[in-house]
Amino acid sequence: MKTPSYGELTLNGLWKNNPAIVQLLGLCPLLAVTGSVVNALGLAAATTLVLICSNTAVSIIRNVVSDAVRLPVFVMIIASAVTCTELLMQAFAYELYLILGIFLPLITTNCVILGRADAFASKHAIGPAFYDGLSMGLGFGVVLIVLGALRELLGTGALFADMNLLFGPAAANWKWVLVADYQPFLLAILPPGAFIFTGLLIAGKNLVDRQIKRRQDALRAAPVKGAKRVRVTGTIS
Amino acid sequence: MTLIRISSPHAHGSDSTASVMRRVLIATVPGVIALTWFFGFGSLVNIIWASLVAVACEALALTLRRKPLGFYLQDYSALVTATLLGIALPPYAPWWLIAIGVASAILMAKHLYGGLGYNPFNPAMVGYVVLLISFPVQMTAWAPPRGLGEVPGLLQALQACFLPAQYDAVTMATPLDMVRQNNSLLLEDLWRDPLFGRWAGIGWEWVNLAFLAGGLWLLYRRVFSWHAPVAMLASLGLMAALFYDGGSSASGGSPLFHLLSGATMFGAFFIITDPVSSAVSVRGRLIFGALIGTLVYLIRAWGNYPDAVAFAVLVANFSAPFIDHYTQPRSYGHSKSGGQP
Repeated sequence: MKTPSYGELTLNGLWKNNPAIVQLLGLCPLLAVTGSVVNALGLAAATTLVLICSNTAVSIIRNVVSDAVRLPVFVMIIASAVTCTELLMQAFAYELYLILGIFLPLITTNCVILGRADAFASKHAIGPAFYDGLSMGLGFGVVLIVLGALRELLGTGALFADMNLLFGPAAANWKWVLVADYQPFLLAILPPGAFIFTGLLIAGKNLVDRQIKRRQDALRAAPVKGAKRVRVTGTIS
Repeated sequence: MTLIRISSPHAHGSDSTASVMRRVLIATVPGVIALTWFFGFGSLVNIIWASLVAVACEALALTLRRKPLGFYLQDYSALVTATLLGIALPPYAPWWLIAIGVASAILMAKHLYGGLGYNPFNPAMVGYVVLLISFPVQMTAWAPPRGLGEVPGLLQALQACFLPAQYDAVTMATPLDMVRQNNSLLLEDLWRDPLFGRWAGIGWEWVNLAFLAGGLWLLYRRVFSWHAPVAMLASLGLMAALFYDGGSSASGGSPLFHLLSGATMFGAFFIITDPVSSAVSVRGRLIFGALIGTLVYLIRAWGNYPDAVAFAVLVANFSAPFIDHYTQPRSYGHSKSGGQP
């Protein structure tokens, strides 16, 4: 199998094949913990770390493990990576660890990770596998953070609240109140808000894609006026 | 001579969407008058402001979807949604609350699903529920009826809507709240509270009777069939009768109280009769209405919200396609099982 270039991997992870808004994988944590930026950031970091570790490890053992038992092996690898991440968070961001709760262990079942392990890492060398994990993790993380920011902003009228959970006491005053005296719009923070904003993000991505395609089509040279064309049925593209 | 081939149906009703919608608007008049008499101009200001926002949202959505503006704006459907939402919202609601509700109703519940005729949920009720779960404080504040408090005038109503910070709202528990939260008084004793009138809450009973009158007129003009409203009222009455238990402190309230409280009549004739989001077959409408009536009682008696019609309607909207699937009428010439006749 041809190994894609690093540029392609970046583009795939961040945009063209984004795990969250194109593949629609890992929707459970995506919808459940994006109530605020700090939660989203915490989960994004944890998921990226797990994705990188599991992709690299799977790539290392790809020629040793037989096809029949590969999935259990992948899951074991992912579960160990998740356990390490969980312990790290317990050590360095204990409050955030409590807030994220069950969604940290549940990273194990996040389909993005098993999906990348099976679809990419088990077929490519360590370098590309590592980089694929990084770019997919970043693509997932960016969507998490954007969603968290949108929901926090609409839900509470402020951004970056409680960042000290992740960055220590120095970040306690990072909270940025955009609208003082804001009436909390609970719907944005509750689950329906997650679904609505995810849908809007997907729609926004499709809109941008369509604009790009339209621009490319416009750049294509128009047929010379008066040129003779072979008569065909259907439309000429 | 050329014959134009036209497919069936060959006989058309003369009712256009616009004329049906116009009749619904006219039928809300008695209810709105009753609301205005008992609770002041709040509901009227709600309706007018909601209508302005609704037309703006509709125009925005139509422009974005590249649909002809004039054609769709003239079918009054946005105005009907706005009017129903304006009636459902508590009077003296601030302008932004109404605007958010209307925008959710028109943009999200209606146009995101494909516009008029494609919405699986009743837009006005989606708007109401969005507000209810987002702003519970503002949404559960209902003004006291005439006789128990001063009824604000038009100027005060406008101030409450557009300058909410400068307006001191006077609010009171609704009779439904009183009955649900009561756990120490017999209903008979509870009824001595000035909030209660002859059959239900002061004001509320007349508001409900006014909406009943408007609904009966719509029924007479055959805007909708009797099945869904009658099934809803019957099942609500039956549930209330089952759990009435003679009026103890745990009683849910008499059937008459439930029929004439809150949004019962308004819901029965103006909300669940929405032809798009309700079940369509005759048996389906009976089941649909009965489901709503039962849910209204369940949520009123054991739920946490001031009234239950909006949630009940949304849950029933969910089930409408399912109900329709199992109540397809037998088409002529076919046996019930769909096999050979």
